[in-house]
Amino acid sequence: MSDLRQSLRTATIVGSVMVFVALIGALTAFADEPIVSGVLTLTQLILLLGAFAAGYRTESGRRGREGAILSMGLGALSGAAAMAFLGVLAVIVDLVNLRSVLVNATPALVEVLTLDRGLPAGLGVLLAVGVVGGALGAVWNRIPGWFRRELSLGGAAVLLIGILRGKGLDPWAAAGLLAAITLGAYAYSSYGSSILDGYRRFERGNESMTRLVLWTVVAAVLLLLPQVLGVYATSVVDLVGLYALMGLGLNIVVGYAGLLDLGYVAFFTIGAYVTGLLTSPAASTHLGLSFWVAWPVALAAAATAGALLGIPVLRMRGDYLAIVTLGFGEIIRILVMSDALKGILGGAQGIIEIPGPVLGGFTFIKPQHFYYLILLGCLAVVVVSRRVSDSRIGRAWVAIREDEDVAEATGINLVRYKLLAFSLGASFSGIGGAIFASWVHAVFPNSFTLLVSINILSLIIVGGIGSIPGVILGAFVLVGLPEILREFADFRMITFGALLVVMMLARPEGLWPAKQRRRELSADTLEA
Amino acid sequence: MRRRAAGPIDFTKLVVSGIGVAMLVFVAWRIVLTASEGTYGWPTYASQIVFGLAQGGIYALIALGYTLVYGILFMINFAHGEIFMGGTYIGFFVIEAFAESGFLQTHPLPALLITALTAMLSSVVLAIGLERIAYRPLRKAPRLVPLITAIGASLFLQYAFRGLFGTGVKVYPDTHLYIAGIDLLGGRYDLGGVTVRPIYFVVFLLAVALMLALWLFVQKTKMGKAMRAVAEDKDTAALMGINVDRVIVMTFALGAALAGAAGVMYALYNKQVTHTMGFFPGIKAFTAAVLGGIGNIPGAMLGGFFLGLAESTFPTLLGLDAQLKDVIAFSLLVLVLIFRPTGILGEVLSRRKA
Repeated sequence: MSDLRQSLRTATIVGSVMVFVALIGALTAFADEPIVSGVLTLTQLILLLGAFAAGYRTESGRRGREGAILSMGLGALSGAAAMAFLGVLAVIVDLVNLRSVLVNATPALVEVLTLDRGLPAGLGVLLAVGVVGGALGAVWNRIPGWFRRELSLGGAAVLLIGILRGKGLDPWAAAGLLAAITLGAYAYSSYGSSILDGYRRFERGNESMTRLVLWTVVAAVLLLLPQVLGVYATSVVDLVGLYALMGLGLNIVVGYAGLLDLGYVAFFTIGAYVTGLLTSPAASTHLGLSFWVAWPVALAAAATAGALLGIPVLRMRGDYLAIVTLGFGEIIRILVMSDALKGILGGAQGIIEIPGPVLGGFTFIKPQHFYYLILLGCLAVVVVSRRVSDSRIGRAWVAIREDEDVAEATGINLVRYKLLAFSLGASFSGIGGAIFASWVHAVFPNSFTLLVSINILSLIIVGGIGSIPGVILGAFVLVGLPEILREFADFRMITFGALLVVMMLARPEGLWPAKQRRRELSADTLEA
Repeated sequence: MRRRAAGPIDFTKLVVSGIGVAMLVFVAWRIVLTASEGTYGWPTYASQIVFGLAQGGIYALIALGYTLVYGILFMINFAHGEIFMGGTYIGFFVIEAFAESGFLQTHPLPALLITALTAMLSSVVLAIGLERIAYRPLRKAPRLVPLITAIGASLFLQYAFRGLFGTGVKVYPDTHLYIAGIDLLGGRYDLGGVTVRPIYFVVFLLAVALMLALWLFVQKTKMGKAMRAVAEDKDTAALMGINVDRVIVMTFALGAALAGAAGVMYALYNKQVTHTMGFFPGIKAFTAAVLGGIGNIPGAMLGGFFLGLAESTFPTLLGLDAQLKDVIAFSLLVLVLIFRPTGILGEVLSRRKA
């Protein structure tokens, strides 16, 4: 009896989430996004996954695991019940005109929900999807873990490639890919460790040689990447790089020193405007200096601004700091946009005609050119981050993050180290701003909203707070993917919001956690 | 405030005080300058003060939500501005339906009452859901974690409303309510060269009434007593047989109800409703809560009115561009944090600085 109740409760939760997803328009938007051409669209996959999740949760919530038929039955019931919510939604949308309130309750939604078969026949199909998905979800729980992992890897590969291709995969290609990745992953998990061991043994004997080869390969890939990718793909990589650069800067402030800075965009703004003022002949200053003169000034200006903001607020506790920095970011944007400073900063028109950097007669114009500039910036920032975090300063930051009072008692000058974190993070953002200004050749106040700060914060949290590879991964996932999948653009911010909450609830250490955090966690468990 | 070992000269303190004094001198200088020019007469200031009181009442009502939650959980409910927005949004659909059916024109008072109650209820539902899903599991987590969750929740709510109800700006219908021949909601009257909108007085008085009700609730009822006990010490309160979870839910609900009511009142004179409308009032209300001393109920009220008045009068008083209105609130916040981090009335924070 309790199993039945559990299955229906799960169905209610999944069903409500699915109704919400339908009403924000996600299902309608993805209906034209085939994954396997002619067989499966992204919308259908989402429906199936919903039912699957209901079945999976029902089965994993059961106390006993006996009875394969019973478990499949409960899963199928749960999946079907979840889909029934969508069925009811389809009927309501069909009968009542809700569009004046809920903009996405359209006939198109009914079509999508009935899988193009119309009411009432489509309802049967929808329930069938629920039954199949739910039963599969229940079965999924009962198959061995190793197979689950490999199969989901294969499924993820099909999904990713199917979406990236735009017109979806051929059914046979999809099946082949699924089989290949699954088998490959299986082979790797069985023999991978022995291969890796063999490599390690080899590496131990020839350390300098293997390292040289490894770094040469990495360097060659990084250097040749823009030649292989097209203009558009390179500009996406550039954007990812720029965000990674700033993410690494914010990572110092939030990840290392534990100070939540929500006004990080302010330093980006300062860097960009300083560069604009110094280099653009159209700016009020008419200086027209070179980018190479401008960026150190931008860096210094951002770092100074960081210190100036830091002095009054660093005595505050964390949550105060968040709000004050948020306010600061808004003040900078309002000031930049205001008529009061229009004579200098150009008001809403911003500064235009910012030239690209010139290096010995060569002008940076194309995304491919800026790729190298951004790569250089990222490398510099990674090196600085690593060196600083391993130094005495980095240890002081960790101490402050963990417990301010204890840190102070051990002789750490709180204000000095916090200021250092603040201005170092700000200076990275300033470099980002300088590159940004010369890349897009113009700065407008509207490019510098709070959402930039939130984007950067999201990417370091999703990637792994305090972790350098995590931040870079986060930039790829949160900046790169939405650029490639244009249909997602409308759902970008809502996904970020949901991701922030879900990550904090389920995996606060991020996708690629920092080693130190991992150590701290295991140390905790040892003590407990 | 943190007491630190006194060196020969505390450099940071010097710089901080320098910045603060410079800001104060600037303010004083501008006030004297504007006053000596005498461009603006009392009518300007009078209408600004009336508007400031109404706006301050709204800030105070939202600020109470921050303060109530902070007093009990020591956490900034960053998504509180979105709870204010959510109530206003749902209220819009109700009042719009009343306006279309003609009920609003024939029976304005019951229509408005139902609108306000629906808005309050929607805000309460949002807040309770938020507490249950996002905040409760993190009650024991490090401080940064719930704060980031709250930021995520705020973003999520904004864009959920955008996704559900579209991107367009919704406009509250014109509402008229005649009492003794005066149009209390939609009227504009000319009194000796000053334009008077009675709605500002209505909003101010309603805000004060709601605050009084809250004050009585917290001081006189059993639940209020339980809330104060939990704010004092959660564990001891639990030992005394208080259901702490219920008290926390009640706190969120109370704050949300006030925010929902504030939303409808705000929309009655400001008209426009968008999914981002909660952002600035939210931050400013937080500023107001800090001004008055966060965690302190009368402090939030005082801070709200002070901020409302400052925002409406300072641009003219200081001879600044009206565009820079939003800068004033944040500058005030920084000034308060420099000179009196505990706020005007607050001693709470210094004692319980966790």
